[in-house]
Amino acid sequence: MSDVLLKVDNLKTHFFLDEGVVPAVDGVSFHLNRGETLAVVGESGSGKSITSLSIMRLIPSPPGRIVGGSIYFNGQDLLKLPEKEMRRIRGNKISMIFQEPMTSLNPVYRVGDQIAEALINHQGVNKKEAMEKAVEMLRLTGIPSPEKRAYEFPHQMSGGMRQRVMIAMALSCRPELLIADEPTTALDVTIQAQILELMQELQEKFGTAIIMITHDLAVVAEMADRAAVMYCGKVVEEATVEELFEKPLHPYTRGLLASIPRVEEEVDKLYMIEGTVPNLMHLPAGCAFAPRCPEAESRCHRARPELVEVSPGRKVSCWLVEGGAG
Amino acid sequence: MLRYFLKRLLMLIPVLLGVSLFVFLVLHLLTPDPALVVLGQHATAEQAEALRESLGLNDPLYVQFGRFLWDLLHGDFGRSLMTHAPVLEEILARFPATVELALAAIIIATVVGVTVGVISAVKQYSIFDYLSMIGALLGVSMPIFWLGLMMIIVFSLTLHLLPVNGRIDIGMEPAHITGLYVVDSILTGNWESLKSALKHLVMPATALASYSTAIIARMTRSTMLEVIRQDYIRTARAKGLKEKVVIYKHALRNALIPVVTVIGLQLGVLMGGAVLTETVFSWPGIGSRMVDAILASDYPLVQGTVIFTATVFVVVNLIVDLLYAWLDPRIKYS
Repeated sequence: MSDVLLKVDNLKTHFFLDEGVVPAVDGVSFHLNRGETLAVVGESGSGKSITSLSIMRLIPSPPGRIVGGSIYFNGQDLLKLPEKEMRRIRGNKISMIFQEPMTSLNPVYRVGDQIAEALINHQGVNKKEAMEKAVEMLRLTGIPSPEKRAYEFPHQMSGGMRQRVMIAMALSCRPELLIADEPTTALDVTIQAQILELMQELQEKFGTAIIMITHDLAVVAEMADRAAVMYCGKVVEEATVEELFEKPLHPYTRGLLASIPRVEEEVDKLYMIEGTVPNLMHLPAGCAFAPRCPEAESRCHRARPELVEVSPGRKVSCWLVEGGAG
Repeated sequence: MLRYFLKRLLMLIPVLLGVSLFVFLVLHLLTPDPALVVLGQHATAEQAEALRESLGLNDPLYVQFGRFLWDLLHGDFGRSLMTHAPVLEEILARFPATVELALAAIIIATVVGVTVGVISAVKQYSIFDYLSMIGALLGVSMPIFWLGLMMIIVFSLTLHLLPVNGRIDIGMEPAHITGLYVVDSILTGNWESLKSALKHLVMPATALASYSTAIIARMTRSTMLEVIRQDYIRTARAKGLKEKVVIYKHALRNALIPVVTVIGLQLGVLMGGAVLTETVFSWPGIGSRMVDAILASDYPLVQGTVIFTATVFVVVNLIVDLLYAWLDPRIKYS
């Protein structure tokens, strides 16, 4: 068995709207090793959520469609699987937690039943066993008196509690891969830390690999082994977290890092990347970041740079980097 | 829950009081002299005066209303001017027919309406969606008496498949248990009666259901469209559930909450006697009885029927409100 659990290659997911085609994900490639945590970083609209939904094959269709590329999971191309086989993977081998714990649970069913449902669906256990396991999972996520909480409804719980329920549900079948789409964005800072800690703890316990979708670089530093930075539907830089923070190569990554306010420095004005993310329907001919890039040269506006490996495991797509795109 | 129920029951009192007052006033101000109705136009002035005196019609209006209320509280709805039988007896004799028709109609409307609504929402903008929504538009705009007559012409007079009117073939009535012929036939195992009762029921029930079916289908479609875009539906799919389970277990139950209100209101309306349908199909329910009573200026019977149907309407609505708590655990009554 190889070390690579997931390999996304040149994934393209486009949305076909009346106004035109939106290439939300346009040639994304990355890989993930077993048990490792990869952070996918980017602004809103960079395509990180669509990438994760593409892996689950849960793109709302119409209007969305995966138009190209491959997603190898354990050596099997998920995009070639019939829907029935894909259902056996969802929630079982790959599961997902979402940004909005308040609305991600069904309001009319007890949380225990909602967790048990995944177990009954994938592991063929009966209702009673599934409920016992659900209570056990709730206990693992640190919910006090889980045997009581399992019989409560989502509206009786706080946001943090509900996200714990989502984690319990996602991990109940011991998946090999957990995709967490901004799991802490909607939570208070103190709860955020608790949830991240819980995820790390359970990752160690179950050996789950995690794709952590986030725009929060603090979360990246805290959680991830490696990171992929996305901009306008493409990966622009991929590196280990240490490399990324110490020596960011892409001007966009540098801009993101520079945007973090520091306590020890007193500045008149906080740094920000000038301009806004371009409309995906009318991307510039060259590098998508060029119009906002402080270092852009004329060739940046003419042609798109490819994502190339500049050193082992280190990839970047920028004309200005030595050996990058060159 | 019990407290809420009792509170709601108490709130029925002012509602029914209002209805009683309104009906009483309207009928006393607008109907012709009951004495003339009873005695006919050849009665002498003395005879009419004597009858008015005996009916208490010479008393001031508030005394009459007080007496009317007092009698109501004792379950006395007065006597019909036409038959001289107690009004309540007249109503109760007809009520099972109305209940049977209303229940049959609401079952058809719910099953067809919800199914069509769900499929339309799941396959939005498909041919099925367009056709069923056109059908729903026809359903709400087609006059029931016209639809009923067309059905009679096609299925009874042309194809000879179904009887034109009535509840059951003469002499086929099952033993009386609930008064609903279909139910009684099943309870007594009388399959010949059941067949006859169903044959009589299917056309009026379908005609009566047309409007409710359309309303329920449109309501289900719009709430389903809203619900299937919710985050928890994505969660259900991410769990690897079959699409059928996602739609019918996770989405439908949430979508049904507003639909139940509509079903309840429709049932309340239908229980109050489907005047047009009962008249077209000569269905012996309280709706057709009320038409007879109005035509004969039988004001105690009209009065009694209105108050009775109003009571049924509010009670059905109360039951629907209690149903919510079962459907939606977020609703807590206190």
